[in-house]
Amino acid sequence: MIPPAFDYHAPRSVGEALSLLGTLGSDAKLLAGGHSLLPMMKLRFAQPAHLIDLNRIPALRGIRDDGGDVVIGAMTVENELIASPLLRAKLPLLAEAAKLIADPQVRNRGTIGGDLAHGDPANDHPALAIALDATLVLEGPRGRRGVKADGFFVGPYATALADDEILVEIRVPALPNGTGWAYEKLKRKTGDWATAAAAVVLRQAGGKVTHARIALTNVGPTALRATDAEKALLGQPLSDASIAAAATAARAVTDPAADLRGDVAYKTAMAGQMVQRAIRAAAARCA
Amino acid sequence: MAKKLISVKVNGRVQDKAVEPRTLLIHFLREELNLTGAHIGCETSHCGACTVDVDGHSVKACTHLAVQCDGSEVLTVEGLASLAKDGGVLHAVQEGFYKEHGLQCGFCTPGMLIRAYRFLQENPSPSETEIRAGMAGNLCRCTGYQNIVKAVQYAAAKLQQTEKVTA
Repeated sequence: MIPPAFDYHAPRSVGEALSLLGTLGSDAKLLAGGHSLLPMMKLRFAQPAHLIDLNRIPALRGIRDDGGDVVIGAMTVENELIASPLLRAKLPLLAEAAKLIADPQVRNRGTIGGDLAHGDPANDHPALAIALDATLVLEGPRGRRGVKADGFFVGPYATALADDEILVEIRVPALPNGTGWAYEKLKRKTGDWATAAAAVVLRQAGGKVTHARIALTNVGPTALRATDAEKALLGQPLSDASIAAAATAARAVTDPAADLRGDVAYKTAMAGQMVQRAIRAAAARCA
Repeated sequence: MAKKLISVKVNGRVQDKAVEPRTLLIHFLREELNLTGAHIGCETSHCGACTVDVDGHSVKACTHLAVQCDGSEVLTVEGLASLAKDGGVLHAVQEGFYKEHGLQCGFCTPGMLIRAYRFLQENPSPSETEIRAGMAGNLCRCTGYQNIVKAVQYAAAKLQQTEKVTA
């Protein structure tokens, strides 16, 4: 399978990429790791006349400490997330969860920014970004703006990213000491998307839950924040009853599509299971 | 669409070629350079039969554009034996797959070999679990993987031994 013909552009700076995007408009697609876009082009689901390859823009890669935030360049690949000492120390959820994405070869190409900007509800980074309260930094002809991950995802393959903008970095608040975290992903095999997955970030003080963020992968038209599930945990000690209540609340916000991974009832049930497991795993990591 | 000139070092040899932007790396290797070792399997980046090494990283050549390799160094299975540290005819990973029966039909083998080569650079003395995780991007429909794991273990041991002799 060979993609349809296109013109190829390899800008060396974000400015150059934006100017190309401005000139070429909707005829152009941005190329990140290419592991969603190139397969879609092979199948003619996408037929852009131009590809703007972001791989030769060094400024879009790398992970840096910026006060209380960790800033991740949008073109940072999954294996770089896994290997980053800074992420291991400040955002271990991202480093660990990236191991569950695709396979070693694909993780050398697939980028965090591509995973987010593609808007695929099956991708893992959207729920992770929501659970971590990340801000997506978008750059366009009018400058930069930040959009919270919780609100960035509009529908399947639709995000708040405008046609003339590029996702340049992801800004994530470092997890305070003692924070528990987990990403539980049910998948049929290596490289598969989640049948259902749940990201949980949890803090406790004085035997009670003081902070809870819960987000779900691949059980709705976008990654979903399970706000009622968070409420079911907040302000009380963690118990079998509160965890079950959170899972029930999480199941209520799901709207999965039946496919080869399972029917609606199965996926809904599995979303609840992943939430329960992720809460327990996160609680075990709470200091 | 206008062709682009690229200069790629493949198995140590510089190749200057004009390619269509849509040409995938796997087709460039197989059809332009006649390097048919890397195979076209699933064409969707799942099976790993097309795995090659680009600038020291394992990638799936079916989901990589040739034009993106301008200025890069590519290693395919054809270049592997020349890297044998003991001057043998086979690289340690090739010898491992041969000795431990790490292949049956052989279709996945070029991808397995080039991935195993890179994996053992990344992790020279892996556990069995680490081998299975490190090789997870390569599918084999014959062997059941047990002998592939043994082959990688054989290669890891041999590489460590050769390094000791060389050092």
